[in-house]
Amino acid sequence: MSKKRLIQGNEACAHAALYAGCNFYAGYPITPSSEVMEILSYELPKLGRTFIQMEDEIASISAIIGAAWGGAKTLTATSGPGFSLMQEGLGYASITETPCVIVNCQRWGPSTGQPTKGAQGDVMQSIWGTHGDHAIIVVTASTVRDAFDMTVKSFNFAQQYRVPVVLLMDEVLAHMRENIDWPEPGDIEVIEAKRPADIKSYKPFANDEFLPFGQGARYHITGLAHGAEGFAVSDEAAARELKRMVGKVLDHTRELALHDRYLLDDAELAVISYGITSRPAQSAVDLLRARGVRAGLLSLKTLWPFPDFLIREVADHVDTIVVPELNMGQLVREIERAAGGRCRVIPVSRIDGHLLTPAQIAESASAPREPAIGTQGGKVVHA
Amino acid sequence: MSNILKDPIQIRFSGAGGQGLITAGVILAEAAMMDGRNVVQTQTYGPEARLGSSRAEVIISKGTIAYPEVTSPDVLLCMSTEAAKKYGAKCTPETVVIFDSTNIGPEFTSPGRVFRLPITETAIKVGTKVVANTVALSVLNSLVPVVPRETLAAAIAARVPSKFRELNQRAGEAGEQLAAGLLATSA
Repeated sequence: MSKKRLIQGNEACAHAALYAGCNFYAGYPITPSSEVMEILSYELPKLGRTFIQMEDEIASISAIIGAAWGGAKTLTATSGPGFSLMQEGLGYASITETPCVIVNCQRWGPSTGQPTKGAQGDVMQSIWGTHGDHAIIVVTASTVRDAFDMTVKSFNFAQQYRVPVVLLMDEVLAHMRENIDWPEPGDIEVIEAKRPADIKSYKPFANDEFLPFGQGARYHITGLAHGAEGFAVSDEAAARELKRMVGKVLDHTRELALHDRYLLDDAELAVISYGITSRPAQSAVDLLRARGVRAGLLSLKTLWPFPDFLIREVADHVDTIVVPELNMGQLVREIERAAGGRCRVIPVSRIDGHLLTPAQIAESASAPREPAIGTQGGKVVHA
Repeated sequence: MSNILKDPIQIRFSGAGGQGLITAGVILAEAAMMDGRNVVQTQTYGPEARLGSSRAEVIISKGTIAYPEVTSPDVLLCMSTEAAKKYGAKCTPETVVIFDSTNIGPEFTSPGRVFRLPITETAIKVGTKVVANTVALSVLNSLVPVVPRETLAAAIAARVPSKFRELNQRAGEAGEQLAAGLLATSA
């Protein structure tokens, strides 16, 4: 039997990175992500692996992209202000199809905001923060064990699809401690990138096969639009390449759509949540059930590619979808779009740096629509 | 007096940054895990390294804990006037409320069952106010036996650096005596 340990979300993330074979970390410390970096600063050298503190977050993401092409499995961790700086690098990682993992422990923003207060305000930035259409995968975690598992899965997705993967945590989960069953080697699958069978004819941007530098193939890497060999192209060739890159994520939406279902089968009301907010959402479902409301929960772990099919399935069977978020309504727009008018969609926001409570979510489910925030109905709740 | 059968049990530690309340929360969480139960420990603090308000919460249950924060505390520890003001009122009559009377005057009240004990003063007598968190933990676990006393002692010993182990052991014992004196007079 595996041993139980009391650990923080950030500790789980750091140890999961080691579990997944991460052998290169570059970063710049920032609350509330710093423990990931701190732990790896002493654990990586112990294993003969590489840790570098960089001068800023632009350098950090650049370093993990370079190291990935040097053959390393790479990670950086940051929070809002640092994540904003990383957007340029994220685009470069995407167009160069570089497997790498970026952990973003979300804090209240914008700007310096409230460093020690949690939020879920970086959802749209994670998906669309870098310019242009691009391939990226965005996942979340809601428990400490989840933080471990999703870190390993982030590495797996990065290797399988050759894309940057953003793991969205938040201040509460980052610093929260829970007892978890410590995974033993082999408990969670670790996936490596496919290597080309024939090195001589290897084209780095022909498919998902990945051969780092110095292993026998000669090629070019650039942020310019490029063809299979890595040399610049334009016009129709550029469009074709962009379509291929974006397609390698969007065409695998179903395989990538990690999620948990709770009491959804007979539900007339569904709460759809993600990250830390899935915790009060689950308790809210229990509260509603106790009051005789057939409530259920769809907890999304993968936010991008967006699992339209899951939302449609739920929307076909319920009258109401409630979407609690620690922002003024971000993922709810995707959910409303995917639900396509099949049912009522109620956003619930909390933006004072604290978690939504189960009661707040449960009450919002039965409350009449309130005046709009922006273009949506819904309400912002406070303590 | 015992809330040991309550499941889940919700405990809130509140005070100022630097009083070791988050450490106290972690130690209690570790003790509960050693006792075979599930725990979630969360914390809220400001950007300051010292002072500013600080709060640690622990939820302990034999079952799964979904919502990770305290909704209504079964036990509330306040170590500063600001904490007493902020959280003292957010209690039910069943909440066991522990006020550190070294820092909190009699003008602060609560609808809960209030116990006023000189926690910081006791820690200073033991050697240093740095161990006020250990005294407080020990007081708390004496008034409301959350975990067996040996388990708490083992969790404290496992968490503190070895050169401070003996000091913390004495702080723990002082906390037990403090609670025992109060229990004797209130009986």
